[in-house]
Amino acid sequence: MSDAARKIRVQCEVNGRALRFETYPMARLLDVLREQAGLTGTKEGCGEGECGACSVEIDGALVNSCLVPALQADGARIRTIEGIAGGEHLHAVQQAFLARGGAQCGICTPGMILAAVNLLARNPQPSESDIREGLAGNLCRCTGYTKIFESVVEACRSIQQQPGRRA
Amino acid sequence: MRAYVPAYELEAPRDLSAALDRMAREPGAWKPLAGGTDLMVLLEAGKLSHRRFLSIWKLPELRNIKVTPEHVTLGALTTYTEVRRHETLSREFPLLCRAAAETGGVATQNRGTLGGNIANASPAADSPPALLVYDAELELVSAGGSRWVPFHGFWSGYKQIDLRPSELIRCIRLARGKKGWKQYYRKVGTRRAQAISKVCFAAAARIDGGRIADVRIALGSVAPTVLRAVETEKILQGETPTSALLRAAQETLAREIAPIDDMRSTARYRRRIALNLLAEFCETLSA
Amino acid sequence: MEPHIIGTSVPRKEGREKVIGGARYVDDLSFPGMLHGVTIRSSMARGRIRSVQFEAGIPWTEITVVTAKDIPSKNCVALLIEDQPALADEMVNHPEEPIVLLAHADKYLLEEARRAVRVEIEPLPAVFTIADSLARMHVIWGEDNIFKSFHVEKGNVDEVWSRADFVVEGEYETGAQEQLYIEPQGMIAQANPTEGVTVWGSLQCPYYVHKALVRLFGLPKDRIRVVQTETGGGFGGKEEYPSMLAAHAALLAWKSGKPVKMIYDRAEDMTATTKRHPSHTQHRTAATRDGTFLAMDIDFTIDGGAYETLSPVVLSRGTIHAAGPYNCPNVRVRSRAVATNAPPHGAFRGFGAPQSVFALERHLDRVADVVGLAPEELRRRNFIHEGQTLAVHQVIREKVDMVHLMDRAFDLSGYHAKRKRFQEANPRSATKRGIGFAAFLHGAGFTGSGEEYLASEAALEVTREGRVRVFASSTEMGQGTNTVFTQIAAETLGLGCDQIEIVQPDTALVPNSGPTVASRTTMIVGKLVESASRAVQHSLFERGFLKPGYGANEFAVACRQYIDKFGKLQSLIKYEHPRDLHWDDQRYQGDAYGTYAWAVYVAEVSVDTRTAEVRVEDFVAVQEVGKVINPILAAGQIEGGVAQGIGFALYENVVWQEGRMVNGQMTNYIMPTSMDVPPIRVFFEELPYARGPAGAKGIGELPLDGTAPAIANAIAHATGADITRIPITPEVLLEILESAHV
Repeated sequence: MSDAARKIRVQCEVNGRALRFETYPMARLLDVLREQAGLTGTKEGCGEGECGACSVEIDGALVNSCLVPALQADGARIRTIEGIAGGEHLHAVQQAFLARGGAQCGICTPGMILAAVNLLARNPQPSESDIREGLAGNLCRCTGYTKIFESVVEACRSIQQQPGRRA
Repeated sequence: MRAYVPAYELEAPRDLSAALDRMAREPGAWKPLAGGTDLMVLLEAGKLSHRRFLSIWKLPELRNIKVTPEHVTLGALTTYTEVRRHETLSREFPLLCRAAAETGGVATQNRGTLGGNIANASPAADSPPALLVYDAELELVSAGGSRWVPFHGFWSGYKQIDLRPSELIRCIRLARGKKGWKQYYRKVGTRRAQAISKVCFAAAARIDGGRIADVRIALGSVAPTVLRAVETEKILQGETPTSALLRAAQETLAREIAPIDDMRSTARYRRRIALNLLAEFCETLSA
Repeated sequence: MEPHIIGTSVPRKEGREKVIGGARYVDDLSFPGMLHGVTIRSSMARGRIRSVQFEAGIPWTEITVVTAKDIPSKNCVALLIEDQPALADEMVNHPEEPIVLLAHADKYLLEEARRAVRVEIEPLPAVFTIADSLARMHVIWGEDNIFKSFHVEKGNVDEVWSRADFVVEGEYETGAQEQLYIEPQGMIAQANPTEGVTVWGSLQCPYYVHKALVRLFGLPKDRIRVVQTETGGGFGGKEEYPSMLAAHAALLAWKSGKPVKMIYDRAEDMTATTKRHPSHTQHRTAATRDGTFLAMDIDFTIDGGAYETLSPVVLSRGTIHAAGPYNCPNVRVRSRAVATNAPPHGAFRGFGAPQSVFALERHLDRVADVVGLAPEELRRRNFIHEGQTLAVHQVIREKVDMVHLMDRAFDLSGYHAKRKRFQEANPRSATKRGIGFAAFLHGAGFTGSGEEYLASEAALEVTREGRVRVFASSTEMGQGTNTVFTQIAAETLGLGCDQIEIVQPDTALVPNSGPTVASRTTMIVGKLVESASRAVQHSLFERGFLKPGYGANEFAVACRQYIDKFGKLQSLIKYEHPRDLHWDDQRYQGDAYGTYAWAVYVAEVSVDTRTAEVRVEDFVAVQEVGKVINPILAAGQIEGGVAQGIGFALYENVVWQEGRMVNGQMTNYIMPTSMDVPPIRVFFEELPYARGPAGAKGIGELPLDGTAPAIANAIAHATGADITRIPITPEVLLEILESAHV
């Protein structure tokens, strides 16, 4: 076993704040966020890019952070679940998940909310099949997805009704 | 996480020529890493045997999609998301867009690249069958120059491609002109999304006067490589689609493919479904 | 006063934290000086450990190493019995059996160290199937490979066969199923001989873990403390297994003197922990010309894996549910749980009933076919009614109208019209459509005298400010425990939900309310919470501090006054078994459960004959469940359970090779995505159960019983395929369809 790699310095923006950290270049962005930035909202469910519990946004694109090497986060604008709410105000998607039972055990919820927020940003009026497709990379074992769909639909409606609301 | 992460080197060359110089100086020592959707999975499973990687993810020379009257040329770093959003590709290369849409989910599509998919050389890859149908050509580039190769034949064996240790895939070129062809793509996976294919079938045919004037058929997950079914194409070439023709084509296809049993499916299932999809494709030709 | 909190969809108590990413699961916690721990496991199914070698190149002096020799008291994971070692010592009996534990602060280094431990095992012949286990090719457990067996007898089955108009036989199989909670198993432990042992982790049953650690360390009960952290799904998979993981983390902590965190990665979780018991059932049914049941002879076997763990209890539930919601005068059920050299199988939502109910409901459609009746007509003529007895001689003493539930389910799903329309259209289409159903019941709470034996307790304490704190060991894992307890306490006390606090399950703080399993949490423990709330209220009334019709402010004032005068305001309620419930453990008959939930589920499928892929197009779930305390939470339970049932029926296939699961990755073990589930339409009927809080029954496991057989019956309707085992993968279905055409 040899420590061939030297640690690198990575600079990025996470939830609007500049973040600097030192880590191995192939360390997972997921671990950097959880262990070095203390942002434990993003979860590990599978370590294979299948379950989506580790979903974050990099430069506006939804990605599985368990598959992103830390080096590639340099210069990136990252958003995690902790950056979804606007301070004390929950995002429409978060409010809908609360009102509609979109979260049960909650472990898939951060990733699911990221995926939903990302979907609505790209497609403000998704059809049912758009919603299913947009969330297909996020596995939930508790809900059977039904109330997650209902939550997204409600969030949609709520965002449409308040044009000033951030999506 | 089963890997000893400190043992893995990853460096980001500032541009393509710096990357190629590195790879030329020590051929085979450095391997490219693009979106990581294959390599990072191996890393986490403790199965990534190579230790030194060059991050090519940000190299601008490998991005962008160029459209000319004759061709659409996709940079190797074109992601599945970019394929799906491209207007010309959607209109003229629907099989490639279908393949991209059925690869993983949104998050995978944002990071997975066509070049990475080709270099990973999995026989279960979703896009290569479409690329074969579209007679794709690859530009392979090294510090010493570049060469164009047809994608058909690029694969020599299980996980073996004609890519030299100092080479990178720069772009994938597709000839326009199959616009009027009947096109068919079907991936049969373990579930509707986020699925590795059990059988993947891509095909296109030009019908002229009721006959199959020209045809391409390619399959994934039924052989050690993604396969262009040239013998089956020969059976169909120039003929009128009939049930007798279909039977003959199916017999040939059954011999051309070499499916196996694995933890996802069985050889028997794969063979039967490959023949059924051929039938489904042929049905669209007489419609 | 009409209930205004119970029966409404009060938002999830801990929901806000969950949607902002603030909920803290075990892997989100970190302790100063904490080490990580990993497990070295057997690569063989059965054998003798010859040596354990630590290869060069690793700084072994820095690493804490634990083997069986380091166990202070008894090397076992105490459960029903003590046959399962915490660490294998001389023998291994299943692949992935734990042998050595390592701890170090550097996670990466630990992985290298894990790879550098070589365990040499001399193989012994192993047993991998129910058939081989029963044949006793090798005796791998006890005298005869049998953990437990039951014999249920009603009437006289044997004298019926000769006079029956129809005798129909069938054989059915269900495969293993992985619980696949999205949060893998994890535990953090702190331990030393002076202070004792504390563990924090993802778990369903704090007191199960407590009991196991007491036995392992030989410490007094008050020096073992178990705390449940926010748990990301359990479904039974975290009922008994966490005791093993807690033992491991605690042993490493004990030896190293540092806190130790052990989090399984997905591959380890899938391959090493429990799964649903595979099953094999044989049915022999006698019926009269008009389809009335004369007899059911049922033989039911489950594969328990290498150690006993909970197999007797799984077998019990499966046995009792094997004959379904029918009135049959003569029933025999012979059942057994057998040992094989696989990692022990364990609790998974439904707990034996999904296995036996699959067999029954699939079999009855085939019986209907032979008798020449529509499947619903066969059920209609045999459904049990109030006053009649189940196979275990339990007299049904509640209102039950299965015919009504069935008709309602048919109405909502368009069953009759679709049944006809699909049959007409299918011959002309490559995609066949079908619609099928299953009728079933599920007993809530522990079987027989189980609840009496558990002697559960719950407590309430009120603060000077009038805040109510609920103490129970029942765990929240997404099913809504915290919210339902809040609603019950709030409703009973006439307060707002904000005034109720659910204390985190911590064995240092909460009494033993029994495990969070068996669909018992709302019905049994919720009732204790209701009673405890009433007791506190009664104390205030009795002493004159409060009068009926009080408001929240008056309550707060009264509490302050009471506490100032008497020091504490609290209540502790212990479970009292209803006097009119009698269960005979010897003859295995009597009142098996206090009450049942009753259901009819309808599944509509399409089958693409070109690929043999099945798609569930629509699903209707109708059930009578007593009072629904929180409609959104209750519907969420059914929807999630149906999705798991869809996986059980169609997708979730454990691929075994010599006792090892070889597809232990989420890529290769297939659970449904958002694109694989149909609209799941849930409907409740409510006939209040007098002994449940506000009339509630238990519902958590119910949906796992009826989903798979409804789908299997629908596929049979669509294709004529004689489905007899699940999962019905396309590979399996293709073979059935092809052999039917030959």
